[in-house]
Amino acid sequence: MNIVTLLDMVASVDPGRVVVGDAASGLTAGELRELATKAATELADQPGRPLLFAGTATEAFPIMLFGAAAAGRPFAPISYRLAPGPFAALVRNQLPATLVAQQRGAGKLPPLDGLRVATPEAYLDVVRRAEPSGREPDQDPDRPAVLLHTSGTTGDPKVAVLRHRHLTSYVLNGTELLGAGRDEAALVSVPPYHIAGVAGLLTGLYGGRRIVQLPNFEARAWVETAAAQRITHAMVVPTMLARIIAVLAETGETLPSLRHLSYGGGRMPRPVIEQALELLPHVGFVNAYGLTETTSSIAILGPEDHRAAKTAEDPAVRARLDSVGKPLPGVEIVVRDASGAGLGAGERGELWVRGPQVSGEYASSSRIDAEGWFRTQDAGRIDHDGYVHVEGRLDDVIVRGGENLSPGEIENVLIGHPDVADAAVFGSPDEEWGEIVVAAVVLRPGAEVEEKEVQDWVATHLRSSRVPAEVRFLPDLPRSDVGKVLRRVLRHQLTHSPHHSRSTP
Amino acid sequence: MELKPGTKVKPAGTTAEFIVIRSPGGALELTGGGAPLDGEAGELLIGKRYSDDEGLIELLCTQSGPGPLLLNGRALAAKAAKALPSSD
Repeated sequence: MNIVTLLDMVASVDPGRVVVGDAASGLTAGELRELATKAATELADQPGRPLLFAGTATEAFPIMLFGAAAAGRPFAPISYRLAPGPFAALVRNQLPATLVAQQRGAGKLPPLDGLRVATPEAYLDVVRRAEPSGREPDQDPDRPAVLLHTSGTTGDPKVAVLRHRHLTSYVLNGTELLGAGRDEAALVSVPPYHIAGVAGLLTGLYGGRRIVQLPNFEARAWVETAAAQRITHAMVVPTMLARIIAVLAETGETLPSLRHLSYGGGRMPRPVIEQALELLPHVGFVNAYGLTETTSSIAILGPEDHRAAKTAEDPAVRARLDSVGKPLPGVEIVVRDASGAGLGAGERGELWVRGPQVSGEYASSSRIDAEGWFRTQDAGRIDHDGYVHVEGRLDDVIVRGGENLSPGEIENVLIGHPDVADAAVFGSPDEEWGEIVVAAVVLRPGAEVEEKEVQDWVATHLRSSRVPAEVRFLPDLPRSDVGKVLRRVLRHQLTHSPHHSRSTP
Repeated sequence: MELKPGTKVKPAGTTAEFIVIRSPGGALELTGGGAPLDGEAGELLIGKRYSDDEGLIELLCTQSGPGPLLLNGRALAAKAAKALPSSD
């Protein structure tokens, strides 16, 4: 089936339901369906070719997504924050195509054959005046629906292909049609080119939960919008949560309407989630693990596990806060070694995943094996109770003297230091050990700490092999625009700068 | 008729409509309404997924109508909903 059928179903049952925007003035399901049908008419000019969308999260996003689906064209949200060079290269790669882009991204594009360009505002003006498409949408579940550029934190970005069947499986597997209460509203602050932006739109819409978009994340604006719009549900990446917590602590805002907060898209530092549990005791937290190639979440740690971990005496139960919980129904996750042989409970290896929502496919090739498994390239383990622990990208695992070290474990300890605001750990080549542990540390304003103090702090919490051989003090860490630490950039930056054993205030 | 994934179906005997999510292929006949079998009557509801015991076939109801839904004469049952906490 086509994802536009999800919208058709919502609109046929409850056409007046506000699905995007303000409760009083937002877009209803019926209006969204009509605009998508009109957009399909306008998009009939380049059959099968991508619709590139380089805009922030506004009403144009769902209209263009469903319009493209109805017209049988893949929807390809791309980052409007890219520099002109990479932006043009990415567009050129998809020609012929239509590009709907804010001036900033498209402004510096050279003229390109086969490219139709418009701003979201201009394109929507044309769409509003168009006739609704009389064509029945193609229901072939194997057609590409969404093309997403993976974040490329460890290599060059790739174009992941999500077909209609991947997206509809994901939505139907966990969402009841119009199952949300009329008062429910979800705040979406990840951009359209992030998998959670696409998945959140589809599940929110199908569940009937009004979607409130925050086009550019800023913590204070997030808190104000959540309060003003009586937001009940939200999804954030870890860096966002850390900033939101700081605003809540400062302003005393308690967000009484908020019931449910999910986080994912990177490793959550334990001190941040513990403080969030403290400041928002009425909120159910969900830790979600997923990749672009797996159509968003494949495992979740639910509210009960968060509550149990918060009050538990048993360190094993507390440690579940560092896990991503258990696989979703219909999704299988296993741990295998480098040769592909299965590993037992508690053993570290690579996480492999299988299920109807798993695409594992790129524009150039599929990475799904004959049995349907996709290698995530994430290092991890599954404990004796079935909880999945993700320890970061396989490439980031530090191999020191034959021992595999997880950067996340060391980072957690560093961030627990009262003077440390942020930290990232990576391996640096070393003749004696193969690799040594290097820690990049960002101190809180005004703090002064010596390398030795940081090393001693780690030594009191972890085995000696995990103590950083070098500690480098930085004003901030290089991060992608959705908050992932760019280790390649960090490694490059630090191998080309002098090492001081003291922080410089 | 052949029921491929993505095929829209309007079975005889009911106003309910479906879209095929999963299908084993081969000659399949879907009928709706009529005499209730094994107490499987009642309304076929939009948004519910109907499947056989073996899980070989699965249909998503896209418009409600009177039940039951029969595949080659056997009643299909609504899959139990698994409401998951939302994660994005």
